[in-house]
Amino acid sequence: MSNPKDAIKEKSMVIQKEMLANLFTELSTAKENGKKVVYTFVPGNLTELILALDMLPVYPEINALQSGMRKRSGSYIKDAEKLGFSEDVCTYVKCDIGMMLNGNIGPTGEKLPDPDLLLLSYTGCFTFLKWFENLERLYPGVEIAMLHTPYQEDGVITDDQINYMVKQLKEEVIPKMEKVAGKKLDYDRLEKMLGNAAKAEELWVKVLETAKHRPSPIDSYFAGVYYMGPLNTAFRGTEEAVSYYEELYKEVNERMEQNLCPVTPEGEMKEEKFRLVVEGPPNWTNFREFWKIFYDMGAVIVASTYTKVGGLYDQGFRHDPLKPLETLSRYCMGCYTNLNLPQRVDLIEHYIKEYKADGFLINSIKSCNSFSAGQLLMMREIEQRCEVPVGFIESDLVDPRYFSYANIKNRLESYFQMLEQRKIIMSQEEAHV
Amino acid sequence: MTQAPPRLTTLLDECKQLAFDLNFTYAKQWKSESENRILVGYLPIYVPREIIHASNGLAVGILGAGDRKQIIKGDAYYQSYICHLPRGVIEMALDDNLNNFDGFLFPSICDCVRNLSGMFKLAKKGKFTRYFDYPQNFQKNIGGTFYRELIETIMNDMFKINGVKITNEALNNSIALYNRNRQLIEEMYAIRQEFPWRLSAVDAYHVMRAGMVVNVEKHNLMLEEIVQLISHDFGESLDNIRVVISGSFCEQPPIGMIKSIEMAGCYIVDDDLMLGSRWIIGDIDAHTNDGLNSIVDAFLTQSAPSSAIYDVGNPKGARLVTQVKMRNADGVIFCAASFCDPALLDRPDLQKACDNAGIAHINFQFHENTGQFKVIKEQAGTFSDSIKLWV
Repeated sequence: MSNPKDAIKEKSMVIQKEMLANLFTELSTAKENGKKVVYTFVPGNLTELILALDMLPVYPEINALQSGMRKRSGSYIKDAEKLGFSEDVCTYVKCDIGMMLNGNIGPTGEKLPDPDLLLLSYTGCFTFLKWFENLERLYPGVEIAMLHTPYQEDGVITDDQINYMVKQLKEEVIPKMEKVAGKKLDYDRLEKMLGNAAKAEELWVKVLETAKHRPSPIDSYFAGVYYMGPLNTAFRGTEEAVSYYEELYKEVNERMEQNLCPVTPEGEMKEEKFRLVVEGPPNWTNFREFWKIFYDMGAVIVASTYTKVGGLYDQGFRHDPLKPLETLSRYCMGCYTNLNLPQRVDLIEHYIKEYKADGFLINSIKSCNSFSAGQLLMMREIEQRCEVPVGFIESDLVDPRYFSYANIKNRLESYFQMLEQRKIIMSQEEAHV
Repeated sequence: MTQAPPRLTTLLDECKQLAFDLNFTYAKQWKSESENRILVGYLPIYVPREIIHASNGLAVGILGAGDRKQIIKGDAYYQSYICHLPRGVIEMALDDNLNNFDGFLFPSICDCVRNLSGMFKLAKKGKFTRYFDYPQNFQKNIGGTFYRELIETIMNDMFKINGVKITNEALNNSIALYNRNRQLIEEMYAIRQEFPWRLSAVDAYHVMRAGMVVNVEKHNLMLEEIVQLISHDFGESLDNIRVVISGSFCEQPPIGMIKSIEMAGCYIVDDDLMLGSRWIIGDIDAHTNDGLNSIVDAFLTQSAPSSAIYDVGNPKGARLVTQVKMRNADGVIFCAASFCDPALLDRPDLQKACDNAGIAHINFQFHENTGQFKVIKEQAGTFSDSIKLWV
């Protein structure tokens, strides 16, 4: 395994880094400045509501993945296991709890403030519910607001579901948030933020759709997880986020016009050999090594499901300022992991066809049942419907014990050989025709 | 030592046969005996069976294949790090075991069961498949309204199949039957609490599990007799400790494991094995002009402690401690299925509550088809000895 060099960064990445650094600085001084802090989750997040009430969000999953990338998750997980958490359960939860047990130091090395509110936007993952029950025990007496997001079990969002969510928001979640914030929600401000969110979402979709171009100017998975950051976390609804996506789109569009391949941590890819659609979150503990296996083989991810956990904007959803609570409800219910399995299969099929992918790959995550349970059936369905080679690898989110570089590399190399072979056969067949 | 009454042995044998009939022969026979009858399969933990009963249906608990069926296809559908229950369920669905079932309900308990509902949809099993997404909001005008609408959707699904419109009279009748069922179950548990040797944990389990696959009228008759029979003294008390089993509410442990725990010197005086049958604590009002409202209210206010329910502010730990004290138990055995997120994520807090209350506990994990019990028996035996010697 090679030692990755320092990553080469695009301008938009530098901007995002600054945005995040400012956020963490603001978080580290939140208590002195009287800012209230809300712990919440990425899927189905209510960032506009939090920001409109002048509070600051913290996302435990982001802390966990950052700990994974910084090679700290292994010891955090072990500390949580010493408390009695089983090896079998979600490693995001254990990493987060381990991080709190170790002083709750954030990715910038500054201590994260304790929460004033636990806002459980329970979307698409049952474990979220258990996670926050555990957090409540770590912060006894903290205020808690719970938003139950119904699952799209029948593949549609029903009026009953919307009414249920709007009532929860109106009668329980927002009053609780107002109580913690010490102020009433300014609906004009919320609507403005939702308008900003829609602008950023529009730009984000344009960025994603550049991957339809050959060669794709972006990697929609490995780079996509960076690109989606501002929209999925603390910046959706801000003008800053709109500016970020304007810059990102400009950058990506220029690359597309010049027929350039994606930028990787080691510079620009020279050739796009394989176009793939990927299902499942990435591994964070060995993120760069994992990515390198792909770009070394000329494989570009042109669409991924993981980049839709924070919202399925490319399927048409935009926050609607004219219906603030309904739009937040629809947003929560529309996140990828809140779709039922047939919807997920349909979406992947659509991606494979729309983005003209050569293959479909699942990175199955040991500790994420929301994604992983059912993936083998999804793989069969896709194979039958799309007749593209499918691949299956396994790793974990932030538990380094479950990332086996050699195994993954071997499997991927075999998979790429299969793709290569198929290309040769297909070109021979075309030549005969 | 007096022997168990022969009639009890006969009844328990019948329960044993019913409990592990993975072809659901009784239920299919019941359906075939009259027109408009339907079978609705449901997974753990809880569905309001009263609704299905009032719709001329039979709610059939699908608890996995246990160690009674070789899993071949199921393993091809699930990665090694996913619990065992859905493998057995999908295996049964792909074989003929679930033929003649009209619909399937997958209660909201975890992401595996949730996604299994999608697998049934993709495999086109049953005339309807619903993820039963019961509310995690317990305000009557919010979660209650949503829950009522959810139930009405299922009522409509059933109506489309058999054309039976549920009357309030029928619903009240069903509520009363299930009230009686829960009363009898609690009576059985109460007798076992005092005289656990009269009905072994394995036999009690068979009785409970049989109730998942037969109509409530039949189960009530069986329970009436069993309760009456075990009300009389027989058998002999052993020098066993008394334990509560916690964490086995979904995937079920193999019978061999329950037996091993008891043989190791632990009377199991309470458990959460068939939690769905005991989910509603107390009676549901069976005399109103809106039976559906009574069922909704009962869910909101009388639900049993469960890892499937959002529980902030009402800690499960305190309730486990109360349960241990109420049953006069000596300790807790945390016994969860491997990879069971709800049970395993609750375990540290429950253990802490036991520690704080001075309640001894051990834990182990299982698969529904675990075949080796030596270690478990030794662990439970040591636990029993340590309590007998030192507590």
